[in-house]
Amino acid sequence: MNTLDKVKIGSDCIIHKVSGERPIKRRLMDMGLIPGTRIHVRKLAPLGDPMEITVKGIELTLRKADAFNIIVEEVAEE
Amino acid sequence: MKLKIALVGNPNSGKTTLFNSLTGNNQHIGNWPGVTVEKKEGLVRNNKDITIIDLPGIYSLSPYSLEEVISRDYIFNEKPDVIINIIDGSNLERNLYLTLQLIETGVPVVLAINMMDVIAKNKDVIKSESIAKLLNCPVVEITALKSVGLEELITKSTDLVTKGYKYRPVVWYKEKIENIVSTISEKIKRKVEPEKLRWYSLKIFEKDEKVLEDVKLDPKDKEEIFSLINLYEQEMDDDSESILTTERYNYINRFIEKVYFKNKIKAQSMTHKIDKVLTNKYLALPIFVLIIFLVYYLSISTIGGLLTDYVNDTIFGDNGLPGLVTGWLESINAWPWLIGVIVEGIIGGVGAVLGFLPQMFVLFLLLGILEESGYMARIAFILDRIFRRFGLSGKAFFPMLMSTGCAVPGVMAARTIEEESNRKVMIMTTTFMPCGAKLPIIALIAGALFRGSPIQWLIAPSAYLLGILMIIISSIILKKFKGFAGKASPFIMELPDYHLPSIKGLGFTVYHKLKSFVKKAGTIILVAAIIIWFLSNFSWSFALTSNAEESILASIGKLIDVIFTPLGWGNWKAAVATFTGLVAKENVVSTFGVLYGFAEVGESGAEIWTLLAVDFTALSSYSFLVFNLICAPCFAAMGTIKREMGSRKWTLIAITYQTVLAYVLSLIIYQIGMMFTGVFNIGSVFGILALIVLIYLIFRPNKYLKKIEPKSL
Repeated sequence: MNTLDKVKIGSDCIIHKVSGERPIKRRLMDMGLIPGTRIHVRKLAPLGDPMEITVKGIELTLRKADAFNIIVEEVAEE
Repeated sequence: MKLKIALVGNPNSGKTTLFNSLTGNNQHIGNWPGVTVEKKEGLVRNNKDITIIDLPGIYSLSPYSLEEVISRDYIFNEKPDVIINIIDGSNLERNLYLTLQLIETGVPVVLAINMMDVIAKNKDVIKSESIAKLLNCPVVEITALKSVGLEELITKSTDLVTKGYKYRPVVWYKEKIENIVSTISEKIKRKVEPEKLRWYSLKIFEKDEKVLEDVKLDPKDKEEIFSLINLYEQEMDDDSESILTTERYNYINRFIEKVYFKNKIKAQSMTHKIDKVLTNKYLALPIFVLIIFLVYYLSISTIGGLLTDYVNDTIFGDNGLPGLVTGWLESINAWPWLIGVIVEGIIGGVGAVLGFLPQMFVLFLLLGILEESGYMARIAFILDRIFRRFGLSGKAFFPMLMSTGCAVPGVMAARTIEEESNRKVMIMTTTFMPCGAKLPIIALIAGALFRGSPIQWLIAPSAYLLGILMIIISSIILKKFKGFAGKASPFIMELPDYHLPSIKGLGFTVYHKLKSFVKKAGTIILVAAIIIWFLSNFSWSFALTSNAEESILASIGKLIDVIFTPLGWGNWKAAVATFTGLVAKENVVSTFGVLYGFAEVGESGAEIWTLLAVDFTALSSYSFLVFNLICAPCFAAMGTIKREMGSRKWTLIAITYQTVLAYVLSLIIYQIGMMFTGVFNIGSVFGILALIVLIYLIFRPNKYLKKIEPKSL
């Protein structure tokens, strides 16, 4: 178990749980970050934050501070 | 039959394109009352009985974001007959999540699956009929950009109303949830309309605060309901809101594979390739600087700038329109005051503003290309880290840049900023950047009071630095006030696939931006210009006067100049010049010219440098410059602030803030500066006090900001 902000760039993980205050949690989940969803961590912005992730073929960007709310299980590369 | 259709969809779903294709030029653009969110209404091209309301682009109907609340309120208070939900065919899953919520509102929904051309090209398959059956709503395949499928869309929408629509729930949640929901329904069924019952029940299950306010639950009922929900939450180890969100996505996941087959998308691998360069760790920032430079170069220095100079100097120059009109009016023996008001007041005032049209045209075109191509979202990605420090968004860069040309497009560019409180801050502060019309004032002061001084060359750069610094400081100060305290919301954004902008779409954007500007020039600016002209050319006996000192404006100046005494320039000429600067900032220089007895002065006012040097010291002139750079902008910019704020109150707050800040800054600069020359009096005390207050406002703790404490797992 890890939080999304600490996942290695280029690797995949699966969302275990989304935490955080209601508005934050709801927004993250509304964007499709639902437990069980597979995430590919694509890259970091040139200055190290925010991060870019791919979820179901869609590119999303979010700050590490928000990614901290997403608890994930890392999966081995296929 | 009159019909009201609400257009709802995710950002980047092609909603604006669909709206434009449906309504053509029959649009009315304004703001939602009191907020900075744009409201667009239009009549369907060949059926003027149908009104389309373009609701903000949203992902959900949660009660937490301004855009979502506006959409919800509209759907429930204004009661549209039909909702057209446009969804992006290449991203069905996430788009359908909003669809499920829309269907639950009980308003008839027509699903418009957009970008069918891309779907066909990628050889993806969407089984629209199956989706229609599953969701119990008509589904129309469209390509908004090419106006394909729009007639069918309108027919199906009207059919829903004429042939009657029966709401039935499409998503049935887990039995335990449904049990609680039906308990809630039982308790509130007398309080809400039958077709809205399920929506309200589900929202109460989610503990939606806005709905709980609307439906005043009996306290005993509320307690009973909440204890049921709490029990279930404990069982599931999650809150009810998240449980429903998950359930909705799970529902979509269960059927999506049966109705949607997606090939590997070409556009996406292309996007990845482009991003390997544009958001590359080392290349991203240099490329960004290059693009900014290009935008600036094309719009302000070259094409836009040249065209603007042409309009200002040739069309509105002495030998252009003003000369022609004067000649014609003289030939018909018009009264001199009439010639004055028409040529100097109207043509001069409105011309000063219209001169910026070409520059704005180029700016909006380039900005539109950046926005539509998908690069704008990348800018937020690249710059977020820097701007976040000051509580601003990465996109705050654009308003600032535009404002160095003209504050009007600068204020308008704030529209691209995602969050309301950030948008407000930028609308209020971007005019601090020295615009093209403020440059003559800088040249005047640098020339008159700093000529030959070793710091003369520093005056202009200091003006830009001051602008940037004041925007940052203002952002820090303002964010600590209640009106700006944004709700805790995460920064999460889609990075859309790159694609070529459509000429049609760009044309629309640019046309409507310019139209609203010209309209403003024809109304508020026109009136303001005429009033200022009368004040500066008529004496109290209402006779036309050529002696500027006898004018009404001069006596007003003499009355109010004492206000500026603490700033070091309490002379009426400076007060009047500042006043006329409200029409257009370059007027400051020409007004000084007139007041010092010159009919005409050059752009930097070189003729009056010596005279000005008598009335000012270097320090007081710099204080004057700072005041004129930061205070309320010209009428055109003020009008734009009002349009973007969408609220009289906030416009007033903005203008007051700008002027007060300008005053305080000039006070500090002048009074502290005087102390260095050995003068210490009551003024110095106020100067020091002002400085202390300013520093306090910057550094006081922000009680509206909740710190996120890192928790260990």
